Amino acid sequence: MASSALLSIENLSVFHGQFQAIHDLNLEVAAGEIVSIIGANGAGKSSLLKAIMGRADRIEGAIRFEGADLAGRSTAAIVGGGVALVPEGRRLFPSLTVEENLNIGWEVGTRGDVGFEDVYGYFPMLRERRRQKARELSGGQQQMVALARALLASPRLLLCDEISLGLAPTIINDLYEIIAKIRDRGVGIVVVEQDIARSLAVANHFYCLLEGRINLSGRPQDTTREIVAKHYFGV
Amino acid sequence: MLAAIVNQILQGVLLGGLYAMFAMGLSLSVGILRFVNIAHGDLIVAASFLLLTLTSQLGLPPFLAVLLVIPVAFGGGYLLQRLLFQRALGKSVLPIILVTFGLSIIIQNGLLGAYGADTRKVAGGAFETATLALGDGVNIGVLPLTIFLTAVAMIGLLDRLLYATRIGARIRAVSDDVATADLVGLPSARIYAIAMGVVGVTIAISAGFMSIWTNFDPASGPSRLITAFEAVVLGGLGSLWGTLAGGIVLGVAQSLGAQVDAAWQVLAGHLVFLTVFLIRPQGLFPRS
Repeated sequence: MASSALLSIENLSVFHGQFQAIHDLNLEVAAGEIVSIIGANGAGKSSLLKAIMGRADRIEGAIRFEGADLAGRSTAAIVGGGVALVPEGRRLFPSLTVEENLNIGWEVGTRGDVGFEDVYGYFPMLRERRRQKARELSGGQQQMVALARALLASPRLLLCDEISLGLAPTIINDLYEIIAKIRDRGVGIVVVEQDIARSLAVANHFYCLLEGRINLSGRPQDTTREIVAKHYFGV
Repeated sequence: MLAAIVNQILQGVLLGGLYAMFAMGLSLSVGILRFVNIAHGDLIVAASFLLLTLTSQLGLPPFLAVLLVIPVAFGGGYLLQRLLFQRALGKSVLPIILVTFGLSIIIQNGLLGAYGADTRKVAGGAFETATLALGDGVNIGVLPLTIFLTAVAMIGLLDRLLYATRIGARIRAVSDDVATADLVGLPSARIYAIAMGVVGVTIAISAGFMSIWTNFDPASGPSRLITAFEAVVLGGLGSLWGTLAGGIVLGVAQSLGAQVDAAWQVLAGHLVFLTVFLIRPQGLFPRS
């Protein structure tokens, strides 16, 4: 495990009203590594990401980013502090142009070293379509905008929620190639996926969630697909 | 006879400018903040009474008084949204409607207590009665013309604000999907408050013109609200230029109705509204 963790989650419990979505979870992400969170629907993956972004109803335990506890901070402060999310389902602003969507990503972020030229370099198609409304793009193109929007915040920690959902395999490959490049720039990345194989292929570390608890974690090369599948389904 | 009808139609079109002014603030709050502010008309009347005080008590010229009230109205709108409306926004539309309804009652009774029930008007001087003769018996009032041109300019500026500025893009983003805005780190409560501040500015300017052109009393708010609401719905919810068209349709209908019989003035506006609404419920220029 990384000694100087970028993100360090200690004994985290997350509640939605009376319902407890996460139980006593511990997790670390270092700069320049990809951590995969895998788990079935309802295992608590999205609740975990929401909690990191400061949008959980109530949490117990600590979420430390670069040593500072994020508890009580607004989402705007968390994003401005260097954490960006690619939300599940892309969640663009449909009536805004591609450029306006991207610009919002830049404005809410750390205003760091990632600029429009960088994301247009990753996704040349976005430059061509920058004046088009986000709602007019295909699903894959929208996912590129969603990833580019998060990148423009120049995050040091990037959270990706189900970015491959509903996309063609070639597009998913492209997206993950870019995610690997971002990792190589020293960004810590958390990838949440339902696709076990994809998740393990890109990850430096993985955590498997079942009913809000981690029941398996480690490095992908130290385990087998069968063991992971067993823990994933809880059998 | 022809000149009389042309005069009435012209008068109606210009009156539509005032109605569009009432309506554009409501259009912004419906289109962006997604709620109907029942107190919208009362806020216009409250701003008119403030202008009355500034002009009659302090002796300020109306134009200067409006310039002074504009920043106050922006701040007032900002704080009203931040401290009151924002707390009532949520999963259900009922709380916010009840809160604005309550505010409407508070404003009406507050004004009644402070100013009494008398009908008032702000003196606009020579500007009020000046007319331009266009020939053939067709005349146009300088005040109504100024109101109309101001309304067009305001819509043009609001359009620029929404579509060509940073804050405009943020306002549209929050209007598109507030949950996503919150999730990616946009401060939606502050953006809503700024939008309501802009609504406040439209209220101050419409109050400035309304208080010179028409009579008002503490109970005038609801009728202004109805007019604004009809113009918004006629134009198409959330469409600013549609709001101008809606205002003009109402203004012309009222003005021609008044030719038939004085009692028909307001009724004709409502009837045209209902007819258009039945045929084209999405409005004349629905926002795509």
